[in-house]
Amino acid sequence: MTNTSPKSVIPSEPSKKTGAKLNFSNVPIPEKGVLLGWLRQMLLIREFEVRTMQAYQNRLIGGFCHIYIGQEAIAVGSIAAVNDDDPVVLAYRDHGHALARGMDPKNCMAEMFGRIGGCAKGKGGSMHMFDAEHYLYGGHGIVGAQTPLGTGLAFATKYEDEIINGGKSNHVTLCYLGDGALNQGCFYEAMNLASLQDLPVIFVLENNRYSMGTSIERGTSMAHDLRVKSEAHGIHHAIVDGKNVINLYQDFKSIADWCREESRPFFVEAQTYRYKGHSMSDPRKYRTKEEESNEEHNDCIDSLCAYLREESDVTEDAVKQMLRQVKSQVKQAVEWAKNSPEPPIEELYTDVYTDHWGPYTGTSKPEMLEGDA
Amino acid sequence: MSVATGERVIEFRDALREAMSEEMRNDTRVFLLGEEVAQYDGAYKVSKGMLDEFGERRVIDTPISESGFSGMAIGAAMRGLRPIVEFMSWSFSLVAADPILNNAAKMLYMSGGQFGCPIVFRGNDGAGGQLASTHSWSVESLYANVPGIKMAIPYDAYDAKGLLKTAIQDDNPVFFLESERLLSTTAHVPEEAYTIPFGKALTRRVGTDCTIISFGRPLHFCLEAAEELAKEGIDCEVIDGRTIRPLDIDSMVTSVKKTSACVVVDQSWSFASVGSEIASQIHAFCFDDLDNHVYRVHSDDVPTPYAYNLEQAYLPNSRKICEAVRQATYNA
Ligand SMILES: Cc1ncc(C[n+]2csc(CCOP(=O)(O)OP(=O)(O)O)c2C)c(N)n1
Ligand SMILES: [Mg+2]
Repeated sequence: MTNTSPKSVIPSEPSKKTGAKLNFSNVPIPEKGVLLGWLRQMLLIREFEVRTMQAYQNRLIGGFCHIYIGQEAIAVGSIAAVNDDDPVVLAYRDHGHALARGMDPKNCMAEMFGRIGGCAKGKGGSMHMFDAEHYLYGGHGIVGAQTPLGTGLAFATKYEDEIINGGKSNHVTLCYLGDGALNQGCFYEAMNLASLQDLPVIFVLENNRYSMGTSIERGTSMAHDLRVKSEAHGIHHAIVDGKNVINLYQDFKSIADWCREESRPFFVEAQTYRYKGHSMSDPRKYRTKEEESNEEHNDCIDSLCAYLREESDVTEDAVKQMLRQVKSQVKQAVEWAKNSPEPPIEELYTDVYTDHWGPYTGTSKPEMLEGDA
Repeated sequence: MSVATGERVIEFRDALREAMSEEMRNDTRVFLLGEEVAQYDGAYKVSKGMLDEFGERRVIDTPISESGFSGMAIGAAMRGLRPIVEFMSWSFSLVAADPILNNAAKMLYMSGGQFGCPIVFRGNDGAGGQLASTHSWSVESLYANVPGIKMAIPYDAYDAKGLLKTAIQDDNPVFFLESERLLSTTAHVPEEAYTIPFGKALTRRVGTDCTIISFGRPLHFCLEAAEELAKEGIDCEVIDGRTIRPLDIDSMVTSVKKTSACVVVDQSWSFASVGSEIASQIHAFCFDDLDNHVYRVHSDDVPTPYAYNLEQAYLPNSRKICEAVRQATYNA
């Protein structure tokens, strides 16, 4: 098992195709201001999720809702390592990434409240966060479904950069998946295609060791060495500590730069843990309280705070102050979402097609909708 | 066949479990597989305790690999085993569309009768409550189009047990569509074994003015609408089709010949649907008996929205059914 606090693992072999070698040690630790920015983002995500759980319990949020607490460093560290216009595509545990990518918490919360101010006008909900402005191509509810989409987004950026714009491929796509998605066939098809076509996509496995109530050992063959999953497709891999935001950033920066430069895919296993249940109704009988508290002891936010205290003289008070600001920001987001109106009923019939058609009722003729698209 | 009135009242989910457990006790070829069915007791607790009774060789937790485990079960069924495959939701069966539609449905035919496929696929169908478009499929119309499968949709706990036992005993692939919204509803369910034959509709309310035909959860709204309409003096007959393949069109036709008006309520989309099929058959067989064309109530012809108000507007409900009945009976 490689579960004991892994450091970055450098791919054993350089790509046969490109002969390139990765250099993981070159990325310097960013300055204090940047680190504080990451701390703020992680605090924001955690506070946002706490409020999300409350709102769910108060029935302001419906459907399925998956909480990201414990895994914040992965979204923050990896997204910090790519450019603002690099595509990002997600599974359904997606609030944290949306916020890390820059979505306003108001719009994220309003989406879950099913309000018109939501990032998708309330049509998608918790599992389906889309934000074109931030190149966020959605959370996706069907396990694994986002992985071929990730390949496709990388296909598109490469096509645009090279064929349409006549330059060099210069984007990299981040495609996140849970350990449960390792068992869907489409993921292997996605990797195979990405490898065959030399597509710059990073498959980011957030290995929190459980898919619903199934531990990875029970659901996935070779769980002790997931590198084999990508090796079969000639795709480089790395195992990273999913709780250390600084390491995550450094590793993802190296990897993303390499993928961009070489136009090749990559598979990163970030080892982490979800503190809460799978969704809002999960008694968590499949794991021990002891395991949970051990994991919570090694927390991504605590460890960054400790680092900042020791290395950058950031005081406890400064962190508390930041937390207060974040709390008030999230509180405002909740209020804003509450005040955002429900989508008008006409929204039911928009966005089905780009032009106006329907809805078909089976008894009357399709009613053409009024107005412009 | 009428609804039982016994002493024991149990939940729909318990009735499903009882059907599976009885069949597994009677026939060692029967086994259950699916995501979280064993150690977790099922995502919706349908298989609660079954692992303890039957052990992990017969109650099998699968990874999230719908295409793989459906195909695996079909392979086992070709050898004569009788798998029950639980889809956490029928929405996820789309990942397994090829094995369930191309292999299960056509195995007998393509092998010239040599290899059958005695298998049951079961799980939640329909909108569950703000699950948004990927998780809210009503697959009945999509799959009913395919020859070679049977399809049953139980409405209450009594039917859940009787129909599921029939499904497991059937030598053909059966798509068994449950509703998460009904799992906690209760009914009288006899402890002893019984089966309900496929292709026999049940009249859930007797009436003279309009026939309302439906399946599964929307029947709840049909019955609600019938009570509402009774206050206006419109007396509805509510027919629970119980199975879509085979379809008991004879019972439906008999009813429509009596009432001369018909509304079909089908929670899937209207275009090329179970509702359109039934309407078409009623038009053909009751051409001279109908006072009006058949009216239909479906989910709106759009992907299922997440927002509560939009989802409510989208789904069939008793208000929409009342309106359709008033129109069908010229009371609008
Ligand atoms: C195709 C499909 N099957 C089943 C489900 C139900 N489901 C939702 S999440 C989940 C577990 C996924 O676990 P993992 O990929 O590890 O992600 P995590 O929840 O740990 O973030 C399951 C079984 C689904 N959404 N899609
Ligand atoms: Mg997981």
